[in-house]
Parts: sequence; C-alpha cells; structure tokens
Amino acid sequence: MSAPRQRVVVDPVTRIEGHLRIEAETDAEGRITRAYSAGTMVRGIELILQGRDPRDAWAYTQRICGVCTLVHGIASVRAVEAALGIAIPPNAQLIRNLMIAAQHVHDHVMHFYHLHALDWVDVVSALKADPGRTAELARSVSKWPKSTPGHFADMQRRLKGFVESGQLGIFANGYWGHPGYRLPPEANLMAVAHYIEALAWQRDVVKLHAVFGGKNPHPNLVVGGVPCAVSLEAEPRGRGPGFRGGRPATALDADGLQTVREAIRSMREFVDEVYLPDALAIAAHYKDWFRQGEGVGNFLCFGDFPGAGGMRIPAGAILDRDLATVHPVDLEAEGEIQEFVAHAWYAYRDGKERGLHPYRGETEFAYTGPRPPYEHLDVERDYSWIKSPRWKGRPMEVGPLARVLLLYARGHESARALVDASLRRLGLPLEALYSTMGRTAARALETKLFADAMPGWLDALTANIEAGDLRTFEERRWDPTTWPKRARGAGFMEAPRGALAHWVAIEDGRIAGYQTVVPSTWNAGPRDAAGREGPYEAALKGHRLADAKRPLEILRTIHSFDPCIACAVHVLDTEGGERVRVQA
Amino acid sequence: MDRQDTLIDRLARHGVTRRAFLKYCATLASLMALPPAAARAMAEALAKAERPSVIWLSFQECTGCTESLTRSHTHGVEALILESLSLDYHHTLQAASGEAAERAREAAMKRHAGRYLLVVDGSIPVKDGGVYSTFAGISNLDLLLEAARDAAAVVAVGTCAAFGGLPAAKPNPTGAVPVAEIVRDKPLINVPGCPPIPEVITGVLAHWLVFRTPPALDRLGRPRAFYGDTVHDHCYRLPFYFQGKYAKSFDDEGARKGWCLYELGCKGPVTRNACARMKWNGATSFPVESGHGCLGCSEPGFWDAGGFYRPMS
Repeated sequence: MSAPRQRVVVDPVTRIEGHLRIEAETDAEGRITRAYSAGTMVRGIELILQGRDPRDAWAYTQRICGVCTLVHGIASVRAVEAALGIAIPPNAQLIRNLMIAAQHVHDHVMHFYHLHALDWVDVVSALKADPGRTAELARSVSKWPKSTPGHFADMQRRLKGFVESGQLGIFANGYWGHPGYRLPPEANLMAVAHYIEALAWQRDVVKLHAVFGGKNPHPNLVVGGVPCAVSLEAEPRGRGPGFRGGRPATALDADGLQTVREAIRSMREFVDEVYLPDALAIAAHYKDWFRQGEGVGNFLCFGDFPGAGGMRIPAGAILDRDLATVHPVDLEAEGEIQEFVAHAWYAYRDGKERGLHPYRGETEFAYTGPRPPYEHLDVERDYSWIKSPRWKGRPMEVGPLARVLLLYARGHESARALVDASLRRLGLPLEALYSTMGRTAARALETKLFADAMPGWLDALTANIEAGDLRTFEERRWDPTTWPKRARGAGFMEAPRGALAHWVAIEDGRIAGYQTVVPSTWNAGPRDAAGREGPYEAALKGHRLADAKRPLEILRTIHSFDPCIACAVHVLDTEGGERVRVQA
Repeated sequence: MDRQDTLIDRLARHGVTRRAFLKYCATLASLMALPPAAARAMAEALAKAERPSVIWLSFQECTGCTESLTRSHTHGVEALILESLSLDYHHTLQAASGEAAERAREAAMKRHAGRYLLVVDGSIPVKDGGVYSTFAGISNLDLLLEAARDAAAVVAVGTCAAFGGLPAAKPNPTGAVPVAEIVRDKPLINVPGCPPIPEVITGVLAHWLVFRTPPALDRLGRPRAFYGDTVHDHCYRLPFYFQGKYAKSFDDEGARKGWCLYELGCKGPVTRNACARMKWNGATSFPVESGHGCLGCSEPGFWDAGGFYRPMS
C-alpha cells in the first residue's frame, strides 16, 4: 500500500447531462483504490417552488432536466394527485404510459449512441473498415434494410471528408487509438453509421410527445390527467387569421393517433433491428467488462406503468444480489428513504451525521470547498452538491439494471426469456449483469420490453375512444377552494435513469414543502456519514487505468449509469425561506 | 488535407445535389423573411471551405436546449455537425472529457480567435464567488468572460441564458444572471424559449454562418424574424377568441372542439414566439394545439408571472 499514489481528475465528464467531476486515486499499477463523485452545479429549484401553486409545480420540476424531459413532470403531477386524492381517467393513464415508455426508448437509444458508444467505438478506426464486410457483419445481426455496402461506403466517405478537413469538431481529442478499444474496424463503422442514423430517427419518434404534449423537449402535462382533449370533429370557425381549412380541433384526433402509431412502429423497428443487435454485438467484444464495475450490489425500484397490461415494473428492493428476496418499499415510512449530507455542501440543523426523510428534508447551502479556480476538491470533507440518499441505511443502485433484476426476480416471463436468451448468446451467467457492461446490456433489454408494450396501450386507448369514452382529465379537485387546508403526498415513477419520487406538502393551496429524490442522486451521491460510497464511487474501485492521462475506463463505467447531474442536485427547505452560508 | 473541399463537395459525396442545397437555402431565407438574393449569398457562404468554429458552453441549465437543437427538422443536427460548422466544444456531444476536452476548447479558441461563435445555454450564478456552478474547477463567470473575449459574437440559447430563466426565478438562490449582464462588448443574440423551437436555434446559427452579423433584433435582443409576433397572433384558435368561445376545462366540450384556452391561463397574447406559426417536431403540433395554454416560456420573468392557469386579466 506504500506505492506512489496518483490523483486522476476528470472534469468535465462529458457526454452526460449536467456537470460531473470524478476524482480517483490510483496505486502503482494504475488501479483505482478510491473514487469520488462530485456534482458541481446547483440551482435550488425546490427553494424556488416554495409558496407556488402546486398545479404549476410540474412545469418547474420538469426543467430539472431536459434530457429525461418528461419524468419530473410526471412525478410532480402524481405527487399532487396523491396529496389531493385525485384518480385520473383510464385514457390519461394510457397516454401517460405511452409518453413514459416513449421517453425510455428515445432516451436509451440516444444514450447508447450519442453518449456511451464512443467509449467502445473508435471513430478513427472506422476509416479502415471494408464497407462490404461491414454490410455482411450488419446483416449477420439484423435485417435492417440500410445495411448495404453502398450505405456504409457513403457513411465512410462522409466521415473521411470530415476527418480530412482537419476540423474534428465534437470528435476532437477523443481517446482514439487507446489500447482499450477492441472492436474491428467494420464494427466501428457500423456503430458510427448508426450514431448518425439515430440522430435522424430520434427527432421523428418524439412526435408521439408532440401529439399528446404539444412539443418535445418539455411536453405539457396537467394535474388530473393529460391536457390534450380527444377531438372527433372540428367546429367550423370562420375565416380568422388562423383559418386553414379543415384543421382538427386538437392534435389528438384520428391523424394524431396515426402519428403515434407510426412513431411506435419506428421505435420498435429501430430497437429490434439496430439498437439491441448493436448493443449485444459490441458487448461480445468486451466480455471482461461483464466482470467489473459492479457498484454496491443493492438495487431499488419504485415501479411504474399502472393500469392494465402485461408490462408493469414492480417496486421493491434487492439486497446483496439476493434475487430470492424482494423487500417491499414504502415511500412514506420515516426510516426507509433518507438523505444524508455528511460529504455534501449542505448543513442540517441537527448536524451533518443524521439522515432525513424527504418530508423532513431541509437545506442550507454550506459550501466548504475550495474557491474556484481550484485543482482538487477536499475529498476528506465535503465535495459535492449531490446529497446521499440511502434506503434503510444502504446505498442503492437504481436504473435499468435494477429494473431488469426486479422483473427477473419477480418472474416476469418475457423479461426472463429475453435476459436468458441474450446471456446465452454471449455465453455468460446471470452474475455477469452485475457489471459495467451488464448495466449497458440491461438498458438495451428493457428498452425492448417497454417498446413492445406500447402497441397494447395504444390499442386500449383507441378502443376506449371508439367505445365513446373520451375522458382525459378529472375535473374534481382542480379548483383549489375544494382542497383541504393541509395535504401531502408522494408521487413516483421509473425514469430512464431509475426510481424517481417527489414529495409535496400543500398548505392553504400553496406549496409548503417540496422534495425530489432523483435516480442520479442515488447513483452519483458522495459517501454518507458511515463512509459508505455511492454506486459510482464503488463501481470505479478496482479499475486498472491503461493510461492515466486518458482515463477511458472511468468514462465507460460512469457512462454505463447514464448520469443526469442536473437531476441529481436539488435542494429544499420544507420550512421555507432561504438560508445560505458560504464558508469558502 | 484538402482545404479546398467545400460544403457542396461534401454534400455531393453523399448524394445531395447542388440544386437541393440551393433549395434548402431558399427555404431558410424565406423562413427568416430575408430578401430572395440572400439565398444565393447563403449558399455561397455555407459552401466555404473552412467550417466556422462554434464553442458551446453549458452553465446552469437542464440540457433541454441541446436536446431541442437535435430535434431540428429543417437543418438536421447531423448535417450541422458534419457539414456546416465545427462544434469544437459541447459537453453533451463531444467525445473528449476532462483535460482533453479543455485542451480542445483552448485550441479552438486560439486557432479561431476573433472568429468563433460562442453559444451559451444556462444562466450564470454570480453569488458567493460563483461556487454554485463550476467545471474544470473554474467558475461559470470566469469561463464565460474568458470565452467571450475572443468571440466574434455570442448567442444566448434558451430563456436561462437570455433572461435568467428558472434559476433566476424568485428567490434566485444562487444569484443567477443572464449572459447580457456579463458580456456587454460583443454582439449578443438572445434566443429565448424553454427550450427554443429547434428550427429557431438552427436558423439563427445558419444566419450567423452566412452573414457573420446578427439578424435584425428587437429591444430584448431577439431575432425579429422569429419573435416579432405573439403566439396569439398566429394561433389557429384565434377565431374562437373573437367569438368568445372558451374552453373552461381541459376536457369539456370546448376543449374537445378546440376553443380558445384564454380562460385556462393561456399566455399566448403576451408571448412573442413562433410556436403557432412554425409549430414543433416536424410541424406535428404546438402546446395550444395539444390542449394546454402557452406558458409564455420565451418571455423574461415568465416563471414569476403569477401562475400558468390564472387567466390574464
């Protein structure tokens, strides 16, 4: 242990949402002995929510994140509905399910190609690929019609022109040629081609959100249901400036439903023929990454997709990899979910050692870090704007791997079949999932499960409409004069990055307290009072860096979690008022 | 290295004809209400050999503006990145991380000094020495000052960068300010919206790439071509407003018939943006068409304007 230690800093960690810094200590062999995860940006959105109309909260919280752009809006309207005892109509439930599943599919595909792939794919190596052999490779894993030698030759020409221009733009200074890259040139070219194709694909499939929510990013929602009424007939409206002939009354008419159906078809096709085959094909070249990067071995889900249908994500906790026991989770129980600030830049009234349930959450900015510009954080003390949530005192991983494990443990048939078949193809045991690449594979697998569930929800919605049930909004309790003087509730969902919950307290029609515990807070949080690492920090331990100046291995594992740091950093003082202390 | 390789050559290599390219320029010119001759100037400028350098800094933001950029239908982000400009620094999209990323930024700033376009999303927290947002150990304020110094112009994308946005909403816990309060000696184009319409972002970028001057701006620094009229002015529900037909609930007869959303709190009449005209996501819909009133998200202070469901008095 007396070997010379080195401090490796990655800041900014790019190809993520938000501002994340990783500091790691390595031993003489370049192996990470300790890692520290730091969120370096805070906005104080929950402080801003104090005293506002709870029906407006979804719009504020949605701006926590523009990548998983839907999810805080959903958790928020659910929290307010739980507080006020509002049951939304079945159509609204189906539409929300469709919007949530679409968010997962869109987000996971973009994460894989645009945020994560360049950790495994060497763009420069793609220039050496043979387009004919690339087409053969692509056709061996899927029947995607674009997999022709001509298409790959075009893509390669485009890339070559780009590289030869001498202006590498977003690809400048990548770790190209790093010994960690192991794909053959043809696999690299295939992945680069799909990187470009996915950019075009994603802007079409978000039309589903545009129909129901008017736009994406940041589609609109409403407490009590969904804002978009079903229109069966447009009323003639004279020839005002907006007259355009036979336009529909709202976007949700027969044409709108057809747009949704086409978006779902396109999502399923891309997942089946491009994303999932690529993810498994790339994983097959990096089997050693199925043996490292595990994290904490505890997994947590809040559950999602309520209502009828075969795809429901269960809630529950798995501890120490024990799939035989799924522990129930209670968001209201004082002793279950707590947030700690022992190593975060906040103070608690009764000391930094305690954990607080979200209903009792408090916030006092207490920055003790170095004054910028700085070289290193003081990792022995406080080093992040992210708090450390714990479930019954334990650090928990949330996200695709947690969901896939929960589905597997609960015996969900199609999930088990898909997981077993994929692992068999790779020649790996179930334990391989507890790893960096296992996380990346789990994300691809659950994307297929969610995409496959979407037609069922759309069929049910269409059947309801045809049967004359047009209800999309519950009007009762919309008017604040019908509310109790005091109310509180928790709203939860499964966001692409994992279990998400909002807790709201309402008094006299206004927000008296608002707290969010967010997926990336669970995963990216710093050590707690007992010194236990968060999942990012635990997962990085033991990684051997081939080249400390080009820490590709750190990026692989951090990106496997799909960080969303704007989400992770949040503050609230339920007592209201702002108290800021800066000790720097 | 072939420095004479033009955009037209590059486009031709993957099957885009000169004619199709000129047509694109004409569409863009008409979208921005530019004189017909502008299309040719645009085509010539876009076809130049060196792609203009763009440095994109993200401060107190949610990445929604970047996501919006990727949704552009008239000028796809893949073409933008590969053919039209050189996105030399962008946290969400760039391959390099950490030191390698910072070196790429410094190299681009040096090589293109005085010529690069600086794009900013997110507000800048200036309270308490800027400790509320840093990257690479540098405060957002210092980074913005450094990057703005040799920029040709600055584009503030999104309401946070343009007007302070959500972080600056009351009580503004981190002392968040917009770009305009910090950068005063450079041409500044404000492109507000939460997020801005995708084609408005790419349209403003394309205009800069072609003319190297800001488009005509209003008193808040917004391009008139996109922010000249209100959402209400072009709303397809406007006839119902004049007829006094208002939806009173999100799911009543009026809502289903597409009546005016004024009584449900629509801020369209006071919101200057092109949503009703250009619509969103390949002209699929826009907020009012999908049954929700306009939040007013491109206006300064809209978060503190009194509630999204309170009718304007």
